[in-house]
Amino acid sequence: MSAFLLPLVIGIAFGVTLERAGLGNARKLTGQFYLTDLTVFKVMFTAIVTAMLGAFWLSRLGVLDLDAIAMPETYLRPQIAGGLVFGAGFALAGLCPGTSCVAAASGRGDGIAAAAGLLAGVLLSGFAFPLFLDFYESDAGGAWTLPSLLHLPYGLVVLMVVVVALGGFAVAERLERRA
Amino acid sequence: MKYSDPYLSGVALGLVLLAAFVFAGRGLGASGAFGSTAAGTVALVAPVYASDNPYFARYLSRPGGPWREWLLIEIAGVIGGGFLSAALAGRLRRGVERGAGVTVRSRLAIAFSGGAVMGFGAVLARGCTSGQALTGGALLSVGSWAFMACTFASGYAVAPLLRRTWR
Repeated sequence: MSAFLLPLVIGIAFGVTLERAGLGNARKLTGQFYLTDLTVFKVMFTAIVTAMLGAFWLSRLGVLDLDAIAMPETYLRPQIAGGLVFGAGFALAGLCPGTSCVAAASGRGDGIAAAAGLLAGVLLSGFAFPLFLDFYESDAGGAWTLPSLLHLPYGLVVLMVVVVALGGFAVAERLERRA
Repeated sequence: MKYSDPYLSGVALGLVLLAAFVFAGRGLGASGAFGSTAAGTVALVAPVYASDNPYFARYLSRPGGPWREWLLIEIAGVIGGGFLSAALAGRLRRGVERGAGVTVRSRLAIAFSGGAVMGFGAVLARGCTSGQALTGGALLSVGSWAFMACTFASGYAVAPLLRRTWR
């Protein structure tokens, strides 16, 4: 039962928080790219910092085993290329995959169009997959983390991310006041 | 109703992500739901081809098959939660978000092509803003942070060309 109920409940909470934040609205979302409304940055980095700190402290307290969490493996070059392609699509659609679903659910036609485009894009990429399989599998780095990249303790990197995020929020507030 | 404070929303979203870590042993995602739907659809039409294709086969070999994929159920929840939240806030409205510089038809075409481009990018990167940026970001994955940096860099490079879509 929890194989169905758990992702459903987590998904509902995910959808509610995205909608509450205004991220189901492409006009609000694209303010990020024109520096008029930096909600995307603020919500994303507050969420990253919150979950990162939560995971860090829960593992310190022995409540959570970090090794038991599915860690996205690094394939650096394909992920750099994927990010560059994805960012262009993000700016075009004004929505990302998760937020396009929220936009569609709240009645927006552009959300439905972006979600339909996503399905078409994934489908075509699947058909063409054998053509770029070698590149896709290249540059495998395993479960590579920033602490091991920087040769710094996990806790120190967590602190650095918090400091960078706080600095980013200060800049974001100034940019919004100027806009 | 006004949108919530972005920092409060971010804390709430972070707690949802943390709950996924603790209770499901994994993070959030979105593009995987599209991958699973694509794989399930292709398997309905051409089962042999689908299980021979290395991309679709991955989703087909999961326990329960492509329609029971964790991320697909999660995204069904996202759609339900988004609907519920918009309804309660009085934001349920049929329409198309666009600037005065484009027609409804071209905005829909741009959104569709943007979606398709993101689909290719997400396949290449093994995830999107949810599975890579949020989840891998919080877990301090090197590839996820590289993906995030490149997504924003590319978005900022392309957005000035699209100003008319929003003004």
